[in-house]
Amino acid sequence: MNNLVENLPFMKSKRLAFSLVAILILALMVPLFNQPYYTKLIARVCVFAIAAVSLDLIVGFAGMVSLGHAAFFGIGVYCAGILAQFGITSIGLVVPIALVVALVIGGVIGSISLRTSGLYFIFITLAFSQMIFFVAQGLRMFGGDDGFRLPGPTIWFDGISLSQPRVLAYTMIVTLLMVIFVTSRLMSSNFGQVIVASRDNPRKIRSLGIRPYPYQLLLFMISASICALGGVGFANLNEYVSPASISWVQSGEFLFMVILGSAGTIIGPVLGAAAFVCLEQLLSSWTDYWMFYLGIILMLRVIFLKSGLLGLLTRRSQ
Amino acid sequence: MEQVFNGLQLGMILFLMAVGVTLTFGVMNLINLAHGAILMVGAFFIAFTTSTIPSFGLAVLAALFLVFTLAWLVEVLLVKHLYSKSHLDQVLATFGLSIVLNDGVIMIWGREPLYVNLPSWLEGAVQITPGFSYPLYRLAITGVAILAGLALWLLLTKSRLGMQIRGGAEKREMIGALGVNINFLFTSVFALSAILAALGGIMLGPMISVQSGMGDPLLILSLAVVVIGGVGSLKGALYAAILVGLVDTLGRMLWPVMFGDIVGNIVSNSAIYILMAVVIAIRPSGLFGRRISV
Repeated sequence: MNNLVENLPFMKSKRLAFSLVAILILALMVPLFNQPYYTKLIARVCVFAIAAVSLDLIVGFAGMVSLGHAAFFGIGVYCAGILAQFGITSIGLVVPIALVVALVIGGVIGSISLRTSGLYFIFITLAFSQMIFFVAQGLRMFGGDDGFRLPGPTIWFDGISLSQPRVLAYTMIVTLLMVIFVTSRLMSSNFGQVIVASRDNPRKIRSLGIRPYPYQLLLFMISASICALGGVGFANLNEYVSPASISWVQSGEFLFMVILGSAGTIIGPVLGAAAFVCLEQLLSSWTDYWMFYLGIILMLRVIFLKSGLLGLLTRRSQ
Repeated sequence: MEQVFNGLQLGMILFLMAVGVTLTFGVMNLINLAHGAILMVGAFFIAFTTSTIPSFGLAVLAALFLVFTLAWLVEVLLVKHLYSKSHLDQVLATFGLSIVLNDGVIMIWGREPLYVNLPSWLEGAVQITPGFSYPLYRLAITGVAILAGLALWLLLTKSRLGMQIRGGAEKREMIGALGVNINFLFTSVFALSAILAALGGIMLGPMISVQSGMGDPLLILSLAVVVIGGVGSLKGALYAAILVGLVDTLGRMLWPVMFGDIVGNIVSNSAIYILMAVVIAIRPSGLFGRRISV
């Protein structure tokens, strides 16, 4: 039961809930000031937060470390890009197509990867994302290694498109809120309980007559779809489509966001993504070698900080 | 025929990498994603030492010594703290290490790729059969890789340390209970696997441009090798490495002919991973792995 409470830690502590609402209001206010840099920063946080939350479903809740989640992020990016090349830019078409493509590919990758566990799972998810990476790189009509400029932004209506920073920021904030809501509900449902129980005690769950595999596969597919949502946002944010969004470094960064916040929670990865984007902006404005310092922070995080940023926050408030 | 040789060569370099991956996991239960970065560091060190030391042989030794020192430091400062941590922590910390190394070499040597000059006695080609000649250096590294493989085999099967390493890979707790100095054993396994990876980097150095991130594709290929061969199995690593080397090199030639340019290119880049997926689908614990209990 302890895990179930942990799933929604912002319910536990009033102070944390309060500060989260404050952060949300702040995030909603920023685009009003007409500062494109900060508006895009908010959008960037939301894009990465969506990806990090989706990854945490697998890593934190199901307890399986995936090192290939950028594959699904990239599927979102390429769906937005390739559809736009064929003149399809309506959000009502782009998003459902990206969701379905990620769902199907997630089903294929998940059905094979989930036959393994532990070390093998890490390696095979990495291998599959490399495969998707090379497919994207090999698509020479779509820019190959260099990628291509997004031909046109995803649009809501005529004149309102995701190329406008404010529209993008609000769209991504609302999407993130929906993702947080849906995943929290999902994880506190019976489905979520089976997932968490299979992580904590697979033998017991088997002896109760439940096979974890179909549950985990469904979770993997849902997670893939959510991640693709982030990808569609990312393509619009950068107005560029490139295989770099599928690289294993990107997958590693997603994992970093999850663990920087706190794995096995919904809010943790959101905080982690926000902290990551802030770190990235600060370090890269200060030095060209920001990845170097990022790596050092990553190592220090693993060795010294036990339960992530969320752990720091909740501990102080208790 | 030339492609078969190239494939064997890639296979041998992958074998040197995969042995490190499989040993560190088998003995220390450690996932090391910085293994590719260590190969890259090896290549940078050889570029550095050949530019300062006139003798190529001495330069190789110096580079190996530098890698050994670095690996020892890394083990004591970082890796030691990871053995008891979860896989997730290990993945993140060694991923962090790999981006530190990748950016560290840029800080020291800059973004421009380096080139390693071959000594004159390793240049040129040898005629193997009439009408088929092969670059001497490539032949030499195949030989060195085979020698390294043999030396490793001798070390593991004939020496006391090797016996302890194999024992550790089988049952870690037992080796500890028998009073073997685990700390020393772990440090030496880590240093050994780093040296093997760096040897791969040193051999690759003169063939390709030495630059940041050059080890990452090889790391991922060697992970595929380990998965195909079965984690913890040295025999599996050898066969899988040669298989992967041949499939990759020959595939690059064959697939574009069979499927046309674009599809062939995609297939040849992902053939290894398709192979890996097939192996996992049929035998989840790899070709030579023991059945894992789920």
